[in-house]
Amino acid sequence: MNIPLNITKTIHDWLFSIMPEGAASIVEMFIIALVYLGIFTVIGLFLVFLERRVSAWFQLRIGPNRVGYQGILQSLADALKLLSKELTGTVKADKFLYNLAPYFVIISALMALAVIPFTKEFHAFDINIGIFFLIAISSIGVIGILLGGWSSNNKFALIGAMRSGVQTISYELSIGLSLLTMILITGSLQLSEIVEVQKNGWLIVQGHIPAIIAFMIFMISGTAETNRAPFDMAEAESELGAGFHTEYSGMKFAYFFLAEFINMFIIAAIAATVFFGAWLSPFGITESLPWLGVFWFLGKTLSLVFLMMWFRWTFPRLRVDQLLTLEWKYLLPINLVNIIIMALIVWLNLTITF
Amino acid sequence: MSYFSDIYNGVKTLLIGMSVTGKYFLTSRKGAITQQYPDNRETLKMFDRFRGEVIMPHDENNEHRCTGCQKCEIACPNGTIEIIWDRKINEETGKKKKVIDKFVYHLGLCTMCGLCIDVCPTDAIEWGQNFENSVFDRTYLTRVLNTPGSKLQPGVED
Repeated sequence: MNIPLNITKTIHDWLFSIMPEGAASIVEMFIIALVYLGIFTVIGLFLVFLERRVSAWFQLRIGPNRVGYQGILQSLADALKLLSKELTGTVKADKFLYNLAPYFVIISALMALAVIPFTKEFHAFDINIGIFFLIAISSIGVIGILLGGWSSNNKFALIGAMRSGVQTISYELSIGLSLLTMILITGSLQLSEIVEVQKNGWLIVQGHIPAIIAFMIFMISGTAETNRAPFDMAEAESELGAGFHTEYSGMKFAYFFLAEFINMFIIAAIAATVFFGAWLSPFGITESLPWLGVFWFLGKTLSLVFLMMWFRWTFPRLRVDQLLTLEWKYLLPINLVNIIIMALIVWLNLTITF
Repeated sequence: MSYFSDIYNGVKTLLIGMSVTGKYFLTSRKGAITQQYPDNRETLKMFDRFRGEVIMPHDENNEHRCTGCQKCEIACPNGTIEIIWDRKINEETGKKKKVIDKFVYHLGLCTMCGLCIDVCPTDAIEWGQNFENSVFDRTYLTRVLNTPGSKLQPGVED
């Protein structure tokens, strides 16, 4: 029962002073789970709002700007509306799997969120195989999508789910290999140590050319992994209705929707951690104020999220064969060569450190 | 070697696309085409080719340009236009002439096809910019386009 939960020392000490050790750690985990659920909801709703505003600006529109200041409460209002809606479903759906699927998606997203280092202190679960854990967890999310598509008993949902499976399993390779390229520099899978290494310069600077190639590959395959446009064949609106969540309504649909945005946040957060130094400020300008780390982390993550939104509102959707060609003929070979280059650079000490 | 040139061209064209949308993103605050309608009701100006409703412009002497030739009534596919006319004696020449009494326009039947305006030989009717056409009773949708006491502009028939 001694998982390193180092969010706030004071609450930790206070809880352990009034309770026996086992009960205290359970209560502490419970509190932290609630905090992360709160973060999950706030980030999800904010990203939905951001997506709508950003897409509006790309298309020369204004976007939602009525509810709250500049429409910031719009997605909250939408969530309340979805909460009050009836949960419908198909008659021949496999009820158990149908109801289970949204929780798979949302739990995998929440588990991945636990490993992400918001700052040095605000890091719930600093596991020594952090990156590996993230890659493994992010591919569990596809089970929820497959279950949802299969159990809805709807051919469009099934096609969407199968496409999503194809896509996620293919692009998993690229995500893993591009992160592996960076791990050659850090020599550790633990996220706090990866951040520690970057005090001598962010990894995208340390690794220069191969790091930039790895970053590009990571962003491409990360976009594919989260089923976002231009890789959104799992829910291609013009072909499949809404894809795997066609038959879901109300809050179950909202879970899928929120999880999609949280997955985008997670991919951007991994990229910010591995390539851009997570909560480290550029050139250490705010090193004396450690709590500003959250600001830097969220700033980096949100700019990467913006990059993914930029992709979405610029590029047209790929066909299935184009998608697989991109992965197996281009990204994967480039990635393998890139690992060798990076290994040579690390071996010959050609990395740029300050 | 088309493999590497494919990669190069792919990345290049994607970046060109992103720069195009990026420019739109940066200029969107000024160039947004969205109208926040009830707020800017006073300043909202519809674009020139907007087809709101058919109107008949009158000049300052309360004179229109409609000769009552009924070409618009014939051209209309829906029977939207009804011209109630009469023969009146022209005071100058002493001849009987066709003069419109009421130019009745049923907005509820109109599909905004514009055939009446295309066919009008004297440009008596044209498109109006008004779009707030909702009323509580459909009888309000039947409009008389010529104002009471209006008469034909001199020189239109020459």
